[in-house]
Amino acid sequence: MKFTSVVAAGTAVVLSLALAACSGGGDEGGGGDDDVVVTMLPKNLGNPYFEASTAGAQEAADELGVAVEEVGPDAASPDAQVPFINTAAQQGVNALVVSANDPTAIGDALEEARSAGTKVVTFDSDTEPQFRDLFVNQASAEGIADKQLELISEQIGGEGEIAILSASANATNQNAWIALMEEKLASDYPEIELVEVVYGDDDDQTSFDKTAALLQSHPDLKGIVSPTTVGIAAAARYVSTSEYQGEVAVTGLGTPNQMREYVEDGTVEAFALWNPTDLGYLATQAAAALVAGDITGEEGETFEAGRLGEYTVGADGEVLLGEPFVYDASNIADFDF
Amino acid sequence: MSAPTNRPVPTHARPWWQRALLTREMLTLAILAVAWVVASATVRGFDGPLTITYLVLDIAPVLLIALPMTLVVATGEIDLSVASVVGLSSVTFGLLFQAGAGPWQAALVSVLLGAVCGAVNGALVAYAGLPSLAVTIGSLALYRGLAVGLLGTTAVTGFPDAWTDGATANLGGSPWPVITLVLAALVAVFALLLHATPFGRDVLDIGRSREAARFSGVDVRRTLLVLFVLSGAVSALAGVYYTLRYGSARGDNATGLELQVVAAVLLGGVSIFGGRGALHGVVGGVLLIGVLGSALRLEGVTVNVINIVIGTALVVSVVAPRVAGGLRVRRRAAAPAGGGPAAGRRTEGDGR
Repeated sequence: MKFTSVVAAGTAVVLSLALAACSGGGDEGGGGDDDVVVTMLPKNLGNPYFEASTAGAQEAADELGVAVEEVGPDAASPDAQVPFINTAAQQGVNALVVSANDPTAIGDALEEARSAGTKVVTFDSDTEPQFRDLFVNQASAEGIADKQLELISEQIGGEGEIAILSASANATNQNAWIALMEEKLASDYPEIELVEVVYGDDDDQTSFDKTAALLQSHPDLKGIVSPTTVGIAAAARYVSTSEYQGEVAVTGLGTPNQMREYVEDGTVEAFALWNPTDLGYLATQAAAALVAGDITGEEGETFEAGRLGEYTVGADGEVLLGEPFVYDASNIADFDF
Repeated sequence: MSAPTNRPVPTHARPWWQRALLTREMLTLAILAVAWVVASATVRGFDGPLTITYLVLDIAPVLLIALPMTLVVATGEIDLSVASVVGLSSVTFGLLFQAGAGPWQAALVSVLLGAVCGAVNGALVAYAGLPSLAVTIGSLALYRGLAVGLLGTTAVTGFPDAWTDGATANLGGSPWPVITLVLAALVAVFALLLHATPFGRDVLDIGRSREAARFSGVDVRRTLLVLFVLSGAVSALAGVYYTLRYGSARGDNATGLELQVVAAVLLGGVSIFGGRGALHGVVGGVLLIGVLGSALRLEGVTVNVINIVIGTALVVSVVAPRVAGGLRVRRRAAAPAGGGPAAGRRTEGDGR
């Protein structure tokens, strides 16, 4: 008998914990039935990048007077988002804003949620187009290529030799960007010569070694563009401790936390990436516009996105955030991801 | 032990209905019932038909793997490689589909491969005499490595609807998915195997004392090998289901699932030291984790709190029998006349 009562007592503790947690959650997510509720589902929780995008979503929600609830798995495995999408469907939330861990694995769940009346907006990482109403794209290939050339051109004074440090030789997005940059260099930047493209395989040590080799084989090199976060950080680390610091410009796509020390010590003047806070803000604005019926996801529709201005829905239900955001010494302290 | 041996001991300290109802397994089922009732009454959206559909679809892989895991743990062993076998089977199934195989062929080959994976574990544990914890931590890494190595970071998708419907469609107009039938059938098979066959008796005997089992004629090695093969094959079957449910074959599918399975098995009252366990308890444990997760998610509770609740339940369920066992021993020592209400022949706590 004692055994059962001890276990029963333990169970009571667990259940009361659960219920306490329930009521805690209820207070935040509550509100009247008329309120518009948007569920924000990042790839995983505890990721600074997505904390920034959720902050943007919250900002948009406050301006619009809607409620945002962030839920998500603790690991970014392909199926882990499905229970959360199912839950959103059961709750009948008005919109789901999701960064997909897998383009197909969450498709069925999203379709079920949509058939229950939930609008689905993907951001940062898309699903196959038939599973969502809109995709808020953080950057276009042209935008990324143009912005990086603009940065390197400014930093080397518009002329001289540059090199590109890419990820792996068969990375589709990297190669698309490089091809666009080559075109644009030939047409718009005649004084700048691309002398070599090397591949660091998105490995820190390989990228570091390739940077060293580049600088030795091209003594007149004036700048390195690395359109990958691993590459730009490794290149900056090499240059920051070498005689080339201040002589050779390093730019590309990076994250503020990785690049902070190199911006502060002057190795890197400026680099680009989209702004995840703006991305979450725009995705939430788009979700609210879908819920309000202002747009349906058809190409050519327009909607107002608060402080970011007016946006137009493009082909395949894509909304483009805009030009990549430039991080430099003046603003890097405002970002933590 | 201080229990007097020269005194006639009654065969059962309690009437039959108490023995049937006041067990660790019934307790899990009772908590499950309470959780279900409380959630239906207080959680908005929980009493809808979608709850059952999603609950069954979500727990299916955990429940499938928990069936052979119950038997493995009942012998005092463990198989931590199960989720990696799910991943490997998922990748195999995907590659065979790409190569043009039919669904049954692909599923059969995947399940056979899972059985081979299990046989490797079983041979190392049963015949080489290595501890299953060490062996299956190793094969956890090995099988996951193979799975990810075969497909890299890509995924096989585009399975025909006719295949995936089998994994996700409902029975007629009911909220019950078709997979419910498979689950029910396999639960019945494993329940009979554990509770109504000589093989099941051998499993529990091995868990109580390997030496004693061997002396009483149990083929310990063969029994263990069979259990690990079953574990691998059923995990691979779960991998096929997983692939079709999500329509995506990836090497990292089901990463970490082994811990959910072991948690459910322990929550269901199977002793981690072996020797005791019953399948209805494990089914209850699996459902309890599913219901708690479902209700808490509907309440907007974050995943970390859900993990805390389920983790606490698990710790309590493992610790409570030990505490209860300690109390019982102390009480018996304090009352040397013996025959206290809890001093029966059965010791459910198994706290020693």
